[in-house]
Amino acid sequence: MMDNKMIVEGSLKAVEGGFSFLGRLPYYRGLGLSMIEDIQVTVDGVVQPRDAVRFSVRGKTYTLDEMETVYDDRWNFGEKAQIIVLNGGLAPGSHTITFAVRNRVSYLPFVPTTKDTKELALAA
Amino acid sequence: MSKIKRGVSLYSYQNETFQGKMNLEDCIRTSAELGAKGIEIIGEQTFWGWPECGVADADVDNWHRLIRQYDCTPVSHDFMLDYKRYKGRIMPFDEQVASVRKDIDFGARLGMKYIRALVSIAPEVLVAAAPHAEEKGIKILIEVHAPLHFDHPWIIRHAEAFEKSGSDALGFLPDMGMFLHAFPPVWKEKFMRLGVPQNIADYIEKAYEDRVLSEYVILDVQQMGGTGPAIAMAETLRHNAAFEPKRMLDYMHRIHNIHGKFYQMNEDYVEPSIPYDKIVQVLQQGGYEGYICSEYEGNRWIEDAEEPDSVEQVRRQQVMLARLLGETEVPTVKTSPTASADAEAASLAQAAE
Repeated sequence: MMDNKMIVEGSLKAVEGGFSFLGRLPYYRGLGLSMIEDIQVTVDGVVQPRDAVRFSVRGKTYTLDEMETVYDDRWNFGEKAQIIVLNGGLAPGSHTITFAVRNRVSYLPFVPTTKDTKELALAA
Repeated sequence: MSKIKRGVSLYSYQNETFQGKMNLEDCIRTSAELGAKGIEIIGEQTFWGWPECGVADADVDNWHRLIRQYDCTPVSHDFMLDYKRYKGRIMPFDEQVASVRKDIDFGARLGMKYIRALVSIAPEVLVAAAPHAEEKGIKILIEVHAPLHFDHPWIIRHAEAFEKSGSDALGFLPDMGMFLHAFPPVWKEKFMRLGVPQNIADYIEKAYEDRVLSEYVILDVQQMGGTGPAIAMAETLRHNAAFEPKRMLDYMHRIHNIHGKFYQMNEDYVEPSIPYDKIVQVLQQGGYEGYICSEYEGNRWIEDAEEPDSVEQVRRQQVMLARLLGETEVPTVKTSPTASADAEAASLAQAAE
């Protein structure tokens, strides 16, 4: 659900050492960060390494490994998290971004991965 | 006049609230205008921070102010209990019970009568939390949701544990989706958009109508050459069935809230897959006096093709329910369902100038 609303339009920007965009959890509620099993970002067909991804909400930034044991912070319902990828940066212009999130949801008899792909432009 | 009352689970408006198009005031005002004065929430959808970070008193005060302003009644806080919080191990029993106690306290803080437990939670956890619920004047209701139903051994185990406990703080919240009497048209259309051929989609719809066992349907679809989405469409029959509303009658003394699940309300105020006329009849026969809370779940089935209009869908269901309950007034939306969120956005924009 909300698959096509995961990536926030127009949110791509350059950051120190890479780029970032805003992402939302495709779910009807929020989740504690320890239950976010993986976030995978693909740029123009190239999967970015897991250890290059950072997740940032309300001024706190985590690596994906750190998130696995974070029990006192959340990705709230509809909350726009900054997804940072430290890949050395992107060229200005249009890029195809795929954002995939894998959750561990207690009541589901499967582990869902949901993804969204959008064209985002990076200003020169 | 029926003693059954109408309400809305704010889950119904998720497509709009997720995007910030409706805020809490919009949700409560719109429901109240429709005469659906019982408000049910998923605590962690409506209140950012719950449960890991807690909820500020100011947010709870705002909730109570809105409930008073629009003359509504808090019905249920639906909690989740993430017992898989820790990677690779299940949350220990005592911690699960402590977690439920926290949700009981939060429900009480919001003035709720009930908290909703997901059906995967073990009965022993709820029984252990029951004395605290009694103290706080809260009932814990386990949501009986497809593929489970009132004759399933897991639900019977819950019922037996509840009776043995002697506590009246434990009960059931049936989700009307378990009475799926026809294959929902929005499901069929979505699977066809995913590439299921017409003949296979028609076959599955008809097989569902004929009540064919899911495993036979899956095999038939494989033999018709079905792959990927066609198999997935056939597999929905494993998780859904046309159980009988009258199966609720044995449990009426423990049924205190109802999820008025629906996948689509047509312009003629009919839910084509869930028999609400029969359902309301059974509830009246069983002397039910609680709320039926609208729970719109068609959103996820159509959002790839069109933007859901949750308020219009809820309105149509409320019109249907009001008719079935013998009300004479037709529920109507009177103000813009996005008025408060729009005003909030405008004042933020002004402040930024």
